[in-house]
Amino acid sequence: MFVFTSEDENKIEKIVKKYPVKRSALLPLLTLVQRREGYISPEAMQAIGEKLDLSPGYVQSVMSFYTMYHTKPTGKYIILFCHNISCQLNGADNLFAYTGKKLGVTGGGTTKDNKFTLHKEECLAACCGAPMMRVNDIFYENLTKKKIDQILDSLP
Amino acid sequence: MTQILLKNIDTKGLTSIDVYEKQGGYQSLKKAFEKKPEEIVEIVKASGLRGRGGAGFPAGLKWSFLAKDVFPRYLACNADESEPGTCKDRELLEKTPHLLIEGIVVTCYACRIETGYIYYRGEFQHASDLMDKAIEEAYAKGYLGKNIMGSGLNLDLYTHLGAGAYICGEESALLNSLEGRRGEPRLKPPFPAVEGLYGKPTVINNVETLCVVPWIINEGAEKHAALGTEKSKGTKLVSVSGHVKKPGNYEIVMGTPTSELIFSLAGGMRDDNKLKAFIPGGSSANILPADKVDVPYDYEAIAEAGSMLGSGALIVMDHTVNIVEAALRMSYFYMHESCGKCTPCREGTRWMYQILSDIQDGKGSNKQVEKLEDICDNMSFKCFCALGDAAVAPVASSIMNFRSDYEELIKKIEGDAVTA
Repeated sequence: MFVFTSEDENKIEKIVKKYPVKRSALLPLLTLVQRREGYISPEAMQAIGEKLDLSPGYVQSVMSFYTMYHTKPTGKYIILFCHNISCQLNGADNLFAYTGKKLGVTGGGTTKDNKFTLHKEECLAACCGAPMMRVNDIFYENLTKKKIDQILDSLP
Repeated sequence: MTQILLKNIDTKGLTSIDVYEKQGGYQSLKKAFEKKPEEIVEIVKASGLRGRGGAGFPAGLKWSFLAKDVFPRYLACNADESEPGTCKDRELLEKTPHLLIEGIVVTCYACRIETGYIYYRGEFQHASDLMDKAIEEAYAKGYLGKNIMGSGLNLDLYTHLGAGAYICGEESALLNSLEGRRGEPRLKPPFPAVEGLYGKPTVINNVETLCVVPWIINEGAEKHAALGTEKSKGTKLVSVSGHVKKPGNYEIVMGTPTSELIFSLAGGMRDDNKLKAFIPGGSSANILPADKVDVPYDYEAIAEAGSMLGSGALIVMDHTVNIVEAALRMSYFYMHESCGKCTPCREGTRWMYQILSDIQDGKGSNKQVEKLEDICDNMSFKCFCALGDAAVAPVASSIMNFRSDYEELIKKIEGDAVTA
């Protein structure tokens, strides 16, 4: 069973007020749930739909359009590793392979201890600091193997 | 060189309203409110300001298309910055959020808008959090809210985060996403100025465009129009990335030679390698060969050279790059980001990626290059929105300008086959 906390309810009230049409709050609510749970379960989809008078099917059809939503549990840290053109030109492929090997998830995926989820990602608008990755909300730029080690090893 | 946007960008604490005000921030509001809204539209028209998101449409003219006497109207600021190679808006958003708010207030006054949304790509959570704080400060100082500075303008401004979809940078897809729908583009007409957000007249402008507006109000339309070339006015933020010594965002006066951006501002080629190719305006723009590097950086000159200024993302490649490999990566991007709504884009992007993969993997032939050209031809101007044309650009231009890179890969294979 998925239940909104009272803190959620306060936030939801504020979010819904931003828009003249409730449906606009769908992406913000999905994001709210995912930030806490790490993913969006079918029960959460239903609960969100009920809040906004939308069917679970509608919620899912919108959700599936956007790549940032996860339907399965993810690691504590989500690493989005850019491999688009500017990062590619600056050696992102090697560094992605290095990171995958380091974490034991070659090609991407979630580590056994559920600490990291590694994803190859499209351009994240940090091209002047290529190669780069985003770990949860933080952008790390001008990456090297050493820097990746330092960043990932320092995360609790 | 005149700096409109980056002049104070590295001032310590610029994200706080007090520091921003000390730098002369929010002064354009008083000046704007002394004039009638229509006059502001005329000033921006006269300044020659064109949309900095990619299309380069005159901003003032766009505002003047709003359906007459239909209210409420909305503003949607496009902060979805997703064009590969582009990172200029993020710098503005993270370093000077109040400049954007100031530009939005003036724009909403000019267009009689009482509600604005800033649509961020989902990955910009940090920038959006910073903006929420800035918006709170602006309300507290009376720059947002009811009857702003006694002008009679009521304005509420909100941030809104997307969730990972390049297509949401397309203005009508952005509106769908903001309405809580799948981010698929809408059929035009009706244009957003007539039927936009919630079916109401809507102004959609890029972050950089709105950030220029306060300077135009403070300094005057003429001063802005005096900068740049005949048709490309003002300055432009250019994200220079790739094989240069000092990648970064540089603000240039329109018409500055591209070579100056690469060899002077960005410090020249890394390891002093040879320039092979450059993309002037993000991955949706045609790849140009090195001999075009002196092209003036403005809308018309770059178009004449066979590419486009786009979002202002200059991607620089040295002689070690195989252009097929670069085109393949960009092709993957468009396949990944095609929304699937129309067939030529959905199918075409996939085909292009598969054929390019084959060529890159050493399974290609000249016939496949012809097939690629055929697919490009079948997608150009035949897709529902501009994403299809964007997907064609790296493929068609790589074949046109760097055919030898394809032949090298094909020869290798055909050569191998003979040996076998």
